[in-house]
Amino acid sequence: MADNVKPRVRAPRSTAAGETHTLKTLISHPMESGQRKDSDGNTIPRSIIHRFTCEFDGETVIDVTMEPAISTNPYFEFEAKLPGAGEFVFTWYDDDGSVYTETATVEAA
Amino acid sequence: MIFSRRETLALGLGAAALGVLPFRVNAATEDAIAEFAGGADVGEGGVTLIAPEIAENGNTVPIEVDAPGATEVMVLAAGNPLPGVATFEFGPLAGSHHASTRIRLAGTQDVIAVAKMADGSVVQTSALVKVTIGGCGG
Repeated sequence: MADNVKPRVRAPRSTAAGETHTLKTLISHPMESGQRKDSDGNTIPRSIIHRFTCEFDGETVIDVTMEPAISTNPYFEFEAKLPGAGEFVFTWYDDDGSVYTETATVEAA
Repeated sequence: MIFSRRETLALGLGAAALGVLPFRVNAATEDAIAEFAGGADVGEGGVTLIAPEIAENGNTVPIEVDAPGATEVMVLAAGNPLPGVATFEFGPLAGSHHASTRIRLAGTQDVIAVAKMADGSVVQTSALVKVTIGGCGG
């Protein structure tokens, strides 16, 4: 379990039907690549977030498979076309089995 | 052990060749592209990869992919110890087939984006990124 994992999301507060919004997400995570060695020369085991999904009312916006080449504190920016008011669910899946979720409610404009 | 002039030169050349080789498109990268394409021919055009020409710090290199009409976009870094970077799958609510993130690059190398279109065709593009400080620890 990585410590102090904190998801942060920038999502719109309100929307009109059919409007496109830019979403930004950031989660604090060391993303240990499994390539580094500690001071004794032992390989530090891989520990990353390997998947990120964004859903809006159960429909997928984006589903990202991540490899160790994603930087520390993974950041994503993408766009969503919303059919109306609803709720975003952002989910990050950690190698150690932890799942981090964040939600954002969008109201009708 | 004493090296003759000839041996020293040969060693230097060998080291130079080793230094260059890992940053060529390697077999693992080609395999990953072939697997992603699933037998389809890989074409050009229709996918855009925006990456900096020079990245000072290989630990966080900002990249953007844009592939109108794509269902999936895979990003590869040919010169990393593991070529895979990320695969973006766009769902029905994606506003555009555009995404940006930050990646790690071990050194100067080609970053490759491969997009799978809704009609099954596959296209790819690449961008050379010069990295001043590599980002894979060590």
